[in-house]
Amino acid sequence: MPSDAETKAEAARTRSAWLLSTPALIVLLFAASGPLLIVLTYSFLAPGQYGNVVWDFDLSGWIGILYTRDIFDGTLKLADAHLSIFWRSVKLSLMTTAITFAVGFPTAWFIATRAPAQRAFWLFLITIPFWTNLLIRTVAINEVIRNEGLLNTSLIWLGVISEPIRIIYTDTAVLIGMAYVYLPLMVLPLYAAIDRFDMRLLEAGYDLYASRWRVLRRVILPIVKPGIVAGSILVFVPSLGAYVTPRVLGGGKNMMIGNFIELQFGQGRNWPLGAALSMTLLVVVMIALLIYVRAANKEGNPHG
Amino acid sequence: MNDMPIAVEARNAVKAFGQGAAAVRALDDVSVQIRQGEFFTLLGPSGCGKTTLLRLIAGFETPTSGQILLGGDDITHLPPNKRPVNTVFQSYALFPHLTVAQNIGFGLEMQNRPRAEIKETVARMLGLVQLEPMANRKTSQLSGGQQQRVALARALAPAPKVLLLDEPLSALDLKLRKEMQIELKRLQMETGITFIFVTHDQEEALTMSDRIAVMSAGHIQQVGAPRDIYTRPANRFVASFIGETNFLTGQSDGRQVVLGNGAALDLPTKQGAVSLAIRPEQVRLAATGTAGAMPARVASTVYFGTDTHVHLALSDSTKIVARQQIPSTGGMDLQNGDEVGVILPTDALQVLED
Repeated sequence: MPSDAETKAEAARTRSAWLLSTPALIVLLFAASGPLLIVLTYSFLAPGQYGNVVWDFDLSGWIGILYTRDIFDGTLKLADAHLSIFWRSVKLSLMTTAITFAVGFPTAWFIATRAPAQRAFWLFLITIPFWTNLLIRTVAINEVIRNEGLLNTSLIWLGVISEPIRIIYTDTAVLIGMAYVYLPLMVLPLYAAIDRFDMRLLEAGYDLYASRWRVLRRVILPIVKPGIVAGSILVFVPSLGAYVTPRVLGGGKNMMIGNFIELQFGQGRNWPLGAALSMTLLVVVMIALLIYVRAANKEGNPHG
Repeated sequence: MNDMPIAVEARNAVKAFGQGAAAVRALDDVSVQIRQGEFFTLLGPSGCGKTTLLRLIAGFETPTSGQILLGGDDITHLPPNKRPVNTVFQSYALFPHLTVAQNIGFGLEMQNRPRAEIKETVARMLGLVQLEPMANRKTSQLSGGQQQRVALARALAPAPKVLLLDEPLSALDLKLRKEMQIELKRLQMETGITFIFVTHDQEEALTMSDRIAVMSAGHIQQVGAPRDIYTRPANRFVASFIGETNFLTGQSDGRQVVLGNGAALDLPTKQGAVSLAIRPEQVRLAATGTAGAMPARVASTVYFGTDTHVHLALSDSTKIVARQQIPSTGGMDLQNGDEVGVILPTDALQVLED
């Protein structure tokens, strides 16, 4: 039997442990779980006439993700517009990830193979865009690709084209914008992985009859894979929820999930649908991450 | 061995790094022929050009001028992956994402050999380097000596015409190094593959090689069997780099050399100033006044277990080291300051070209 003193000391220790973890608990409760719980709750309520919610249990938010109610006979129909928005979001995010990898890998390789003193300079150039507001950067891209923008004016002046190429307010514009905005998020983890790569392994690969392409495929890529995984996640996740870029470069029509959610809380006045869409996006991202990390681990450790 | 065909040849190979006046010639007009099935060692201090020569043969560098031939074919501009030559790297350079077996099979796989053949060869290689139980381990889980064996097996698996070894034992501790020296020699005998071995360790070179090329400052100073290199060094550099040597200078009239202390040695050479070298174990000690012995004083003695190094000063204060067997097996029991007679047998004296 523990003595009274021991029990008291134990209780005091427990109390102080709870006390010490209070700041962390407060942050978790109010900054992370709290808002999520509110969004989750709202998704099960009825929409109010002028926005906000009515406190009645209602699944129409969740149903509204995939179906729309016909205004005349009230039957449910599959919402093609919603599906095309989801598909565009996933497609553009995957393409953004692929483009940032295609551009980012050579860039990261270039930086990692400079003299150590020069690397800081190149990394500095990569991080400069972070200092500028996202909206301003996106408007700058708009300025480059719009019909009377830098690109079209130059091409016409050079005589390559006679009519401006319409890029602005298309999926291509959104893709260009997102690839530009998220490129540093791909380059930095790739750089970190390539920097750790032992360049002497290249010679070992060439020596053992591997062509340049096979050295890349069989030696470099598998070894820098953690960097590729990290970079892809860092690009794919914010791309999927992108809001500013599709808004500025995609115009009103080429919406992505982010814009669609915003629409529900704004003009759409359907907060439960917006909340349900937010939760769906969250779950999709989490599932995508799990699949991706699992696959990456499995391939990296065939015998582990 | 002398009648074997030439496996590898460098013809007037020059490798310069840098541009114009700042260019450094790591290799300066080097020509050498290495025979098939030979254990050939490139020996020299760091920066002598031995690794550069190895990298020219592997294809990692292209010579500034000159040619590299493999079995009589000019391979000077062939990339490394097209040369039937494999390298054991100083750092081993094992692939960290692959298992031991996958590392060993890598070269065969890149040559697109059939799966069954790869499997069979990898198993045979694992047996050759005694690593069968480690086949499915990651290379990071192996000790230095085991990693070394994987590197060897990986380079031997594609059955290259020539195996290049770039100071492969330098990272191992002394005991393991001795074991691997024997192991390497055994592998070379069993496979019959030409080994070109780079080292700065003269003992390693002497014990393992069929022939040695001693290199310094981008030049080959001497090529020969270990015994030739040791007993008949071509010049002062070779004599001083391989083993311990006493250097003496004298004046020659063509038949006799008169040393600084006035002693005359019957040694036919060219007339004028000459440099002589003699190994410490060839220097004989005798009682003072013995016929043909020159007087010397014992400066210090250093005990080495199997023998004792006696540091002596001749009458003109030229310093000489003599290696004496311990007294019980025939050596003299000498104390510092003792007077002693020194005999330099003329057949053991080497006349050096400077």
